[in-house]
Amino acid sequence: MTRPVLQPVVVGAGPAGIRAAQTLAAHGLRPIVIDEAARAGGQIYRRPPAHFKRTPQRLYGTEAGRAIAVHAAIDDLQDRIDHRPDSLVWSAQDQQLDVLHGPTQTTRTVPYGQLIVATGATDRVLPVPGWTLPGVYTLGGAQVALKFQGCAIGSRVVFMGTGPLLYLVAYQYAKAGVKVAAVLDTARFVDQLAAVPAMLRQPAVFAKGVTYIAWLRAHGVALRSGARPVRILGEERVRSVVWAEGGREHTIDCDAVGFGYALRSETQLADLLGCRFAYAPMHRAHLPERDAAGRSSVPGVYLAGDGAGIMGADAAEWAGELTALTLLADHSVGVDTQRARVLQQKLEKLSGFRAGLERAFPFPEDWAAQAPDELVVCRCENVTAGELRRAVADSGADEMNRLKALTRVGMGRCQGRMCGVAAAEILAHATGQPVQQVGRFRGQAPIKPIPIHLLRPADEEVAA
Amino acid sequence: MSLGAAQPLLRRVAETQRAPVSFTLDGRPLQALEGDTVLTAVLTQSAQLRRNEFSGEPRAGFCLMGACQDCWIVTADGARLRACSTFIAPGMALLSEVPA
Repeated sequence: MTRPVLQPVVVGAGPAGIRAAQTLAAHGLRPIVIDEAARAGGQIYRRPPAHFKRTPQRLYGTEAGRAIAVHAAIDDLQDRIDHRPDSLVWSAQDQQLDVLHGPTQTTRTVPYGQLIVATGATDRVLPVPGWTLPGVYTLGGAQVALKFQGCAIGSRVVFMGTGPLLYLVAYQYAKAGVKVAAVLDTARFVDQLAAVPAMLRQPAVFAKGVTYIAWLRAHGVALRSGARPVRILGEERVRSVVWAEGGREHTIDCDAVGFGYALRSETQLADLLGCRFAYAPMHRAHLPERDAAGRSSVPGVYLAGDGAGIMGADAAEWAGELTALTLLADHSVGVDTQRARVLQQKLEKLSGFRAGLERAFPFPEDWAAQAPDELVVCRCENVTAGELRRAVADSGADEMNRLKALTRVGMGRCQGRMCGVAAAEILAHATGQPVQQVGRFRGQAPIKPIPIHLLRPADEEVAA
Repeated sequence: MSLGAAQPLLRRVAETQRAPVSFTLDGRPLQALEGDTVLTAVLTQSAQLRRNEFSGEPRAGFCLMGACQDCWIVTADGARLRACSTFIAPGMALLSEVPA
């Protein structure tokens, strides 16, 4: 009996992709690892350029140990994998990926036998009037500025929205000596109290969250819960934030804003690959289906980490290893099945904690009802909430791709990554449907902008 | 607080002991630091990367991780760069007053 030829490719070199690659390499394979970043690590463990001097303790704080371990794993693998940094997978079909190499601006096709999709996540954004002003960034973006570039997004910063990242980023900024003008959480204190029992399933993670909040409070940072962002004011750049609490509006001066509402999965590649999607109520999103071992609905395509549902960095590491073991076992390679079972159990155990997080930082379900008509929902094409509502009223749009065709929402360069969540909420509210009924933007190649001359057909091996 | 568009958006709080890199922004000669992205190089000296082609309003990026595509900037020779994920290089000539 001959072993079928294995030709695995891993897309994404964050915690999930790195552990997947490490596991494949440990079984004698040489996976191709394609990653958009110049240095592997992903977003949460994003590494600054090599000549930067800060220690991991300063960069990653309480997560330094994990970051060091993940970085060491990929560094140790360099001669056993085919690592392709600065490389964007922009299309996929017929067992091959189209990959743009950024520095040389060349594209080539990369065939694969099996694929582990570990594309990660970005901030989940619910816009507020003024969010396109210079000085307004996502929470993740604010963190990237600090970790990756040693820069703060301003000198007097308001952080707002909700989710664990809200307090973490505020804490990191305050520690770096930046004035945090306020932390405005849409979640109410009672939400956080009610979530405590579920959160205590991961006591160490829970304790870290409590520590950040306590530290901020002890250092005089204004923390407001049940706070609704109303608008960001300024001409040409941020000047202040207006927020409301119990019907009363307040204004805080600031020169920068970081905001977000937890994270959303990067699902475009799974979509192009033909993976079946389903609505996941806890994530309030349509996500590619994966079984408990990491298989997608498409044979040979596996899903690991936050790209198929937000479970966090620790879960991403476990899922990366688990999907690689699944891939190997599916192709008759002997693996430690006990280890696979342990990983699966760890992931299952985490789901209770994950539900607790959702309770502590609930999605603000009244967001669409509060969004004014003049709010720019799509920052690429400058489409407003009022235009979306008019398309519903005038043309009867009741599905996301119809709404896109009518208004251009989600048709811009970001392909709905920043506006998709908000557009779905507006559409659901305007049509009186639950959000799962309005569908999702279909992914389309190229999944990120590429130079147009590279789009011609048959450009196999164009690359240097 | 009223900062003008001429004042920088980003503030360096660490890693300031790096070699300088010369570039130009709208014709002005400026210096960044080695390892800066184009976004960092520009926004530590100014408050915008481009203007939105529909609203004409200034933009300065948003997600800083290659997803939002709001930080494109044009070069004097007409190329477009995604500023958050392109490193500054000596001699780059960037234009921030036009749509990218």
